[in-house]
Amino acid sequence: MAQVSLRKVIKAYEGGVQAVKGIDLEIADHEFVVLVGPSGCGKSTTLRMIAGLEEISGGDIAIGGTIVNDIPPRDRDIAMVFQNYALYPHMSVYDNMAFGLTLRKFPKAEIDKRVKEAARILDITPLLERKPKALSGGQRQRVAMGRAIVRDPKVFLFDEPLSNLDAKLRVQMRTEIKKVHQTVKTTTIYVTHDQVEAMTLADRVVVMNHGVIEQVGPPQELYHHPATKFVAGFIGSPAMNFIPARIEEASGALNVVMNNGTTLAVPEDRVARYRPHAGKQVLFGIRPEHLTDDKTMDKSNLAPLSLTPEVIEPMGMETLAHFRHEGTEITARLDPSTPAEVGKPLALIAHMNQMHIIDPTTDKVI
Amino acid sequence: MSATTIPVKQGIYHKAGSLRRERRWALWTAYLSLIVSAIIMLAPPVYMLLTSLKTSAEVADQSGSPWWVSSPTLENYWALLGNRMFIDFFLNSAKVTIAVVALTMVISVLAAFALGRMRFWGSQALATGVFLTYLVPDTLLFIPLYQIVGGLGLLDNAWGLVLVYPTLTVPFCTWIMIGYFASIPKELDEAALIDGANWMQMLWKIFIPVALPGIIAATIFAFTVSWAAFVYPTAFITSPAEMPMTIGVVSQLIRGDTFAWGQLMAGALLAALPPVVIYAFLMDYYIAGLTAGATKG
Ligand SMILES: Nc1ncnc2c1ncn2[C@@H]1O[C@H](COP(=O)(O)OP(=O)(O)OP(=O)(O)O)[C@@H](O)[C@H]1O
Ligand SMILES: [Mg+2]
Repeated sequence: MAQVSLRKVIKAYEGGVQAVKGIDLEIADHEFVVLVGPSGCGKSTTLRMIAGLEEISGGDIAIGGTIVNDIPPRDRDIAMVFQNYALYPHMSVYDNMAFGLTLRKFPKAEIDKRVKEAARILDITPLLERKPKALSGGQRQRVAMGRAIVRDPKVFLFDEPLSNLDAKLRVQMRTEIKKVHQTVKTTTIYVTHDQVEAMTLADRVVVMNHGVIEQVGPPQELYHHPATKFVAGFIGSPAMNFIPARIEEASGALNVVMNNGTTLAVPEDRVARYRPHAGKQVLFGIRPEHLTDDKTMDKSNLAPLSLTPEVIEPMGMETLAHFRHEGTEITARLDPSTPAEVGKPLALIAHMNQMHIIDPTTDKVI
Repeated sequence: MSATTIPVKQGIYHKAGSLRRERRWALWTAYLSLIVSAIIMLAPPVYMLLTSLKTSAEVADQSGSPWWVSSPTLENYWALLGNRMFIDFFLNSAKVTIAVVALTMVISVLAAFALGRMRFWGSQALATGVFLTYLVPDTLLFIPLYQIVGGLGLLDNAWGLVLVYPTLTVPFCTWIMIGYFASIPKELDEAALIDGANWMQMLWKIFIPVALPGIIAATIFAFTVSWAAFVYPTAFITSPAEMPMTIGVVSQLIRGDTFAWGQLMAGALLAALPPVVIYAFLMDYYIAGLTAGATKG
């Protein structure tokens, strides 16, 4: 059990690609941290540097207070679960899990106890004698986790462990991973590009983009208070709408005015925050779930607007309506009972206390 | 997959039977060409077998069909097996081959692991260089090698051959093994590294077992090259006591222009026996290893 610290960590690959550009991150003991971001943003590289599989080009990494920059992977006391499982194909499930302990010269009885315990936690006891090729994808993933658990390491590292599984199994294994973490409580760093996985698993989510950290915080905080346009657009599904608009002052109150003249009133408690931007071009950010039909109970800070749907997608528990508004795509989440028709103007309301105003010059949320 | 199966299904639907006819055609052609090539391949050994069962008198007799043995006898075999010299040829071959195969596999596996897996400066170029040396034919190499082996005082000594054959076997086997190791996913060694393995343990506990089919293929190759080598022993060995089978049989059973045909054929067949046995035995493993899908995690 240990905390992990990254200080100004840089990774430059041969050929000049800077995959990680100076990352600072403090991970507490027992914490479950998820690194999330688009493909190529440097998540795997960061994880592999923590594992010791990739040398670091600058900065320090500490595990449990010890700087591990020059310590080989086997002495860092970490365990890693790979996307393609990386089970030893010629060994039984039991031997796969016991391998690390055997190499570390644990007594036979202790190994046996740990493997059986891990198999029990992961519900793979009946599979112990099988070879990996006789297992399904989900079972292989469990074995890979078992191999990590038996070692009882300081840190678990996961690199997209669920992306080879089908959608249903992925959800099931996600719950499984969360359960395991609640049982063994080992500090965990988990890489994924799936923001739903990130939101559901993490104590804290680290959003990365282009080799830098955009924002770190608990899932709810990232959802409600994104710091940048990137985070605002990355977290949440369907993604947040960004509509070009202006902040305009009118007799002490502020309005968000879209280019077609639609005017939405800014809630009073935000007036002071946005006043410095009055008269400026901004991006008005609002999530589809905050752009709805007029069926909500909470009637405060709602601003009416009318848009004409291009596509209607009934999802069962909700209906998604897609609009095109002056070149930008806008999505709204509607109650399924709302009669929405393509080509017929639809009355919507924007929940203005859930909106975000983004300064387009810095891409920061104001 | 689907892209190729869909048109086939449509074919069945539109003109039933055409597929079956095509398939029968393919089978006929396949069997026909297999039979023809089997006849071509098997004719020499069968002829050898027939000749080895004849007495010298019958071999010399031109009247009957050469494909018919009128009075089969094992006397040629008994003559060879009762001949101390012939037994020594066999033992020399076995000694040299076992040593060469062992040496080759140790060097190749270690070299392939280092060149293919431990990325270091120049490992790529070195791997290509190793392969290029394989392309130099032994007929070109035996003159300089004669100098080297002579310098070491190992001319006319079976152990000299143990030194020389690996110039043929090591490059090729290393190349096979690099290819096999390359097919093992990189995550497997990373998992082993994290699990606490050092390079030697990784090689011994992960790479060798997983690459066993490749190792067996390389072993068969080294065995064949070493057992059947002819140019090098012809050049380097002169005294019968040090000769392997390949040249021993030829040098002792051909006296001037007198060919002991029956014994020559019997000797050649006896010499071919070990490779056949080894192939039959290891091929099973080889195929079992392939079907086990050893490299898929
Ligand atoms: N061995 C390498 N040599 C050079 N560049 C590399 C190497 N490995 C990764 N990169 C580059 O570093 C960047 C970050 O790669 P990384 O694998 O960390 O991305 P990632 O965030 O894990 O993406 P994904 O979600 O696709 O796995 C990419 O631009 C990639 O092209
Ligand atoms: Mg990755």
